[in-house]
Parts: sequence; structure tokens; C-alpha cells
Amino acid sequence: MDKPGKRPSGAVPVRPAQRPPQQTKRQSAVRQQPATHAERSRGAARHKVEFSDKRRSWLRHHLGTAREALQRLQQSPISTLMTVAVLAIALALPGFLLTGLKNLQQLGSNWGGEPRVSLYLQSSLDDQQADRFSRSLLLRDDLLAVELVSREQALLEFSQSSGLGDLLGYLGENPLPATILVLPRETSAAGLSAIQQRLQALPEVEEAVLDLAWVQRLASIVELLKRSAWVLGGLLALTVLLVVGNTIRMTIGTRRDEIEVAKLVGATDAWVRRPFLYTGFWLGLIGGVTAWLLIQLSLMLIDTPARQLVALYQGEFELLGLGWVGSFILLLSSLMLGWLGAWLAVAKHLREIEPE
Amino acid sequence: MAMISFERVSKKYSSGHEALSNVNFTLESGEMAFLTGHSGAGKSTLLKLILLLERSSQGQVMVNDQRLSDLGRHQIPAHRRSIGTVFQNHRLLFDRTVFDNVALPLQISGYDPQDAARRVRAALDKVGLLPKERMNPQQLSTGEQQRIGIARAIVNKPKILLADEPTGNLDPYLSEEIMRLFMEFNRHGTTVLIASHDLALVRRMPCRLLTLEQGKLIRG
Repeated sequence: MDKPGKRPSGAVPVRPAQRPPQQTKRQSAVRQQPATHAERSRGAARHKVEFSDKRRSWLRHHLGTAREALQRLQQSPISTLMTVAVLAIALALPGFLLTGLKNLQQLGSNWGGEPRVSLYLQSSLDDQQADRFSRSLLLRDDLLAVELVSREQALLEFSQSSGLGDLLGYLGENPLPATILVLPRETSAAGLSAIQQRLQALPEVEEAVLDLAWVQRLASIVELLKRSAWVLGGLLALTVLLVVGNTIRMTIGTRRDEIEVAKLVGATDAWVRRPFLYTGFWLGLIGGVTAWLLIQLSLMLIDTPARQLVALYQGEFELLGLGWVGSFILLLSSLMLGWLGAWLAVAKHLREIEPE
Repeated sequence: MAMISFERVSKKYSSGHEALSNVNFTLESGEMAFLTGHSGAGKSTLLKLILLLERSSQGQVMVNDQRLSDLGRHQIPAHRRSIGTVFQNHRLLFDRTVFDNVALPLQISGYDPQDAARRVRAALDKVGLLPKERMNPQQLSTGEQQRIGIARAIVNKPKILLADEPTGNLDPYLSEEIMRLFMEFNRHGTTVLIASHDLALVRRMPCRLLTLEQGKLIRG
């Protein structure tokens, strides 16, 4: 990174011997005399303290530059506000989308993300045979869990959840087959369809249905949306870079004289670059924090309706916020984008400004 | 010991204009000299070569035992910090006080603020502007602005002091006062090179004269 401005112990020799023997009329004795003493003692101690001195001077310069960059932003509140608003919206959009998708994914997994296979048994099997068959399934080591739903249970559940109990009463006979729900050990798509085939082949099984279709569909929709959110995020990140870059470019324009004079009196590129990098840093930080607030606010606004919607499907739902990790990533990426945008602008334009 | 030396130095611009041709001279450490000639004779170009604002097309420029052609782009800032320069059009910043203008080279060199403040006040005191340190340079007269430029040039006690037309817009009385100031710095051991076309003023000074004419050193 940037090196601090070097303390030119060699370039700025202290030469007490070359001071005039008499004070000139402009120099007051009170002002000049103690200075000479201080310099002499500094000169002696300089070699020892040089390193810590450099570090201190580096730190002080960075802090000073950072503070000054912030003050400059405050001096033009309207344009700063506009820039920050653009940054915040550009950052909040992908952040909000990704948080939303995280919630949708959580919804999917609550709703039986574990892939189950429903075995509809031959209707010729009576309850005892079904029970025996389910016990035999328990012995298989490719299944994690086996749950038998007898014909009566199935009927009961159906009439309760559908409200069509009366209608079933007219049928006289229970039309529902016994069902066994199994949880395969394998969870990959290929493994699942293999086990579904194997179970389908059993003579007791009329049909083996992989209960996964809609969960898979939801998952792939979420995946698609997520990918889109990242693409959008990439485009908006580019927007952030351009907005910060443009802001910095204009700032460089207004401070052209200062840059030229600084270069004339020996400022390094790093020294000239630094205030602009800090401006980018602050824009990124303020933009990131504002984006965070926007996201949290939006989530608060959709929290109640989302709960109501999920309650309609008898689901339990806790709206997930950005979380610590998400907030950290949001802030870090906005900082990096602000800094990088400034860096790109500075790298492009500072070389063009050479004193004449 | 030679502080500045030019050895067969030529500067030809890409336009084909030869600003300096075969210039030879040596300025000893602690010496003071005036560089004169009509405008366009190459005075500014010569100073620019010393400051590495331009590079020579031919020949060697040595400053403080350092061959300037050996210095890369990244060594230029340190080189410029070792030279105090008074610029033709003051080159002051009007968005800050007199004090902050003079403090700029020290800030760039990373001085401790207290140390820097002391040095800035000492420099301002030397040019007689200490009472006006809090003012904006725009509020001051041309002569005073020029003196701010001088204070900035000497604030980190450079071994070499360059000045490009430091008395350009000043009346004779102020000009002479500024020249006396330069002579005073020279008495303290600073090597001083002043470009000026004001021959009448220059002749009154008991200093060496380097005269340029159409890029050639005709007297030195």
C-alpha cells in the first residue's frame, strides 16, 4: 500500500551553526531562540525514534486525511446525499432480493425439504400384510425411516383436511389404499430416483411416488432467482463503481490546483491519491449503512403480510433478516466498491494532472 | 562542492523547438546566481530541468551529487522536496489560509504538527507575514502573495532555492526587498538560483550572472 510521507531527516538538515549570529530585525529573540534548542535536541534523538516517528506520522496523516475527506463531503451535503442515495439503493436492491430468497428457501426446507417417497400399496393387501411389509422395510439399510399410514388413518386424515368426510360416507367402502412413507438415506436426485425404481419393483407396491416434485421446483425457482439476483447485484455493483468513480472524477477536477501545487512541492502519487481514496471509502461506508437501513426497513414492512400468508398454509415462519454475516458482507462489499471506484478514477485522472 | 551542474545539456521539444542547447555551468554549494535573458530564452526550461518537471534531451544535469537522469518517476517527489521553489505565478491555494499554504510542504513530508507549526511561523516571520497567518492569500497584495510563496519554499530549509521571476509584478522597491530576502537565505548557506528578466535590478545585486540567449548560455 501507500507509504507514508518520509520524514526527510537527511533532506532537512538542522544547521544551528549556520544560523545568523545576530537576529534580524524581523526575528524576535523570544520566538527564535527556543526553536534552536528544540531542534538541536530533536536532531540528536532523531535516529532512535525515527521508526516509531514514521509510524506515528503515517497514522496521523491517515487519520487527518480521513477526517478531512469526511468534512469535505459534509461541506456539499446535497450532492453527497444524492450520491449516497444512489449507492444505497443500488446496494439495497440485491441485498433485499437475496434476503428474500433466503426466506423463500427456508420456507421450502420447513415444508419437508427432506425427500420422501410415498408407497401406495396394492389394495389387495389387508392391514396385517401392510404392517408386515412395513416392518420388512425397516430392515433395509437404504431407508432412514418408515411410517405406515393404514387405510383407516388415511381416510381420517383425508376427511379432516379436505372437509369431504360426508361425501366419503356415501361411498360405503374406504377407497383409499394403505400408504407407507419412507425417508431414503440417499438425498441426491439420481440416488432418489434409483431407490424409487427399486421400491416400485416390489410386488406389494402399487406405485412409488417421489414426493419431491414441488420442493424441487421451488428450489430450482429459488436457484434461478438467486442467480438473477447475483447478476443484478453484479450490474448494480458496476453502477456503484461508476457513481463513485464519477463523483471522485469531479472532485479531482475541482482540486486540480491543489494537486498540481502538491506535486510541485514534492508530494508522492500516494499522498495525492489518499484523500480521494478516503472519499471513496466514506461514500462506500455511508452508502452501505444506508443500504442496510433500507433493507431492514423493507423487511419490517413485509414481515406482517408474510406471516399472514404463511399462516394460511399452516406453516411456521420467522422472517430472516440480513443477519450478522449478511450485514458484514453488505458493508464490506460497499466499502470495497467505494474504495475501488475511487481508485479507478484516481488512477485514470491523476496522471493526467502534471504541473508545468 | 558543486550543488547544481549542467554538462552539455540540451532540451528539444517534440515540436522541434530547441529551448536549451549545449548549456554548461556549475553552481557551487552556497553560491547565489541570477539567470537572465529575454522571455523565451530558456530560463524557465532550465529551472524545470532542475525540478524534473522536464527531462533533458541531451547532457547531464547533476543536483546535489545526484545525476537526475538516474532518478525514476517514483524518486521525483523526494528530489522536489529537497529543493525550495518560488513559482512565477505564486501557485498559492486560495481555499486555505496563509499558514496552511506554507505548511503544505511540511504536511507532505510528514512533519509532526507542532513541529510544523513552529517552522511555518518561523518562515512567515522571516518574510514578515506572521501577523497575517490566519488570512486568505486572496486578501493580500501581490507582493505579500509572493512572500507567502517564498515562505513556502524555505519552510523545510532546503539546500537549494530556485525562483522563477519572483519579482515579476512587483514595483522596484518591493522587488529589491524580495531580492534582499533571497540574499539573506543565501548568507545562511542556501544555494540560490533566481531567474529574472529584470536586468536593472539584477545588475545592482552583487551576484554571479548567467545569461541565456536563445537557449545558449552566453555568459556564466
